[in-house]
Amino acid sequence: MKILGIDTSNQVMSVALVEDSTLLVERVVNIKRNHSIQLMPAIEALFKEAGWEPGDIDRVAVSKGPGSYTGVRIGVTVAKTLAFSLDTELVGVSSLHVLAGNGERIPDSYIVPLFDARRNNIYTGLYHYKENICVPAEPDTHVSVEVWADYLKTLQAPIQFIGSDIHKHRDLLVDKLGSQFIELPMSRHYPRASVLAEIARTLEPVNTHLFEPEYLKLAEAEQNWMEAHPDQSQGGGWIEKL
Amino acid sequence: MTNKRILAIETSCDETSAAVIEDGKTILSNIVASQVKSHQRFGGVVPEIASRHHVEQITLIIEEAMHEAGVRYDELDAVAVTEGPGLVGALLIGVNAAKAIAFAHSLPLIAVNHIKGHIFANQLIAEMKFPLLSLVVSGGHTELIYMSSPDSFEIIGETRDDAAGEAYDKIGRVIGVPYPGGKHIDDMAHRGEDTYNFPRAMMHEDNYDFSFSGLKSSFINTVHNARQKGEEINSEDLATSFQAAVTDVLVAKTIRAAKEKQVEQLVLAGGVAANKGLRHALTQAVEEELPDVELLIPPLTLCGDNAAMIGAAAFVQLENNTFSDFSLNGKPGLSV
Repeated sequence: MKILGIDTSNQVMSVALVEDSTLLVERVVNIKRNHSIQLMPAIEALFKEAGWEPGDIDRVAVSKGPGSYTGVRIGVTVAKTLAFSLDTELVGVSSLHVLAGNGERIPDSYIVPLFDARRNNIYTGLYHYKENICVPAEPDTHVSVEVWADYLKTLQAPIQFIGSDIHKHRDLLVDKLGSQFIELPMSRHYPRASVLAEIARTLEPVNTHLFEPEYLKLAEAEQNWMEAHPDQSQGGGWIEKL
Repeated sequence: MTNKRILAIETSCDETSAAVIEDGKTILSNIVASQVKSHQRFGGVVPEIASRHHVEQITLIIEEAMHEAGVRYDELDAVAVTEGPGLVGALLIGVNAAKAIAFAHSLPLIAVNHIKGHIFANQLIAEMKFPLLSLVVSGGHTELIYMSSPDSFEIIGETRDDAAGEAYDKIGRVIGVPYPGGKHIDDMAHRGEDTYNFPRAMMHEDNYDFSFSGLKSSFINTVHNARQKGEEINSEDLATSFQAAVTDVLVAKTIRAAKEKQVEQLVLAGGVAANKGLRHALTQAVEEELPDVELLIPPLTLCGDNAAMIGAAAFVQLENNTFSDFSLNGKPGLSV
């Protein structure tokens, strides 16, 4: 199975071409650049390098969020449009799951990926290895660092923290968790599309047309509107064909 | 010569649209999904929510456009997309979808200016003839654009503050009509009389620029003063008076520019081209003052944002081999 993996959910852009369980080519860029400008040229260059034609791919795998709203949308738009117009499979993977896939297989430990979400909040999740595969132990969430650290304390197990935003919250996490806190080497903190493709190989394809990012947060205007209109339904019926 | 077909995509604001256009003039399909109901909740377009809706809709709308046109990807000659101006997050959805299709099917990519698209909506109803003058009026633009040829755009006049459509939406809020206010004000204007005599800003100045913020303030002050004094306001007369002030200036300056530039054609373009008062006033003025000039006004379906107009404008670039590479980005402040 030929898989194209795309992750633009945060500052890092990663693109990879993976065939079955073999990585052919991967690009990871952690330079603050506009994903809209760099993503498609990167995909084109990698296909050229691998000698693949667009029609060769069996599956497109994409990080579906959470993360930067615009970044997630660029990856998701390119992935779903490629999958739809090439009539190929599409798989979305949590961008936190992709980071967690960089963790170590340490018995009886957990892996906690995180992205900063400002105002002392983070996007995070709880993962662990089960039968040699990294899987979620809890759904991803948007939560205050403090509340999350208190919860992790109750697990009474070593926790590998992953993500380049950890430095923003390290003091608090170490303070709360003490020796439970494990930090991995530098190279593990950046999402890699090859890891994404490997996770995506084990998942079921989604309905391409209905696929959308998982923001884990409503837009602020929508949140306010829902609070002011608790009796009205949240979704559906907003789009009209003219 | 075989026919040339372009798949066009437009997502610059709150409409997700895809179209297939043949030879820049024949609409094979033109699918438009409007988000207006969603944004009505907030009294105006919320950019983040617009972007979210575009991601939800984009492949569905492209599929419907391809299906309705009965065209396969290998029967296309190019993919075109609005690169700007517009909301950056919204533009990015169309731009990235277009790039994905261009890559997947080895098609040339054409980046189209949204304002040029509005002007080329006219090519879908009749052949455009040059030299031509276009009055572009929308929520974000009020411009007089002179075109000596299909790929030459000279702004000879523009608004110095609010766009005409923007003024409509703002005064609509003041008298409490739902967003977007323009259509409601237009309807009300047909039932009242011009009794308030609002200022016709810059109408007689020796230039082709416009200003609508003074008119807007005058309108708002009139309403506030009346409310403070407890006087009754006739909303329909207010709407009629406002609309008369807007159309008087737009029409007077457009006619003067058309005369001076000795154009073959005068074309109306943009969302406010759907305004009945403006369509009527311009038609009448051209009949009386410019009997030799042909006036084109797009049908209502082609006045609002749509991808068909993007496909029409893109055809000129296809013929000129003006293509973009995969680093194409959204350009929110792009000018013509």
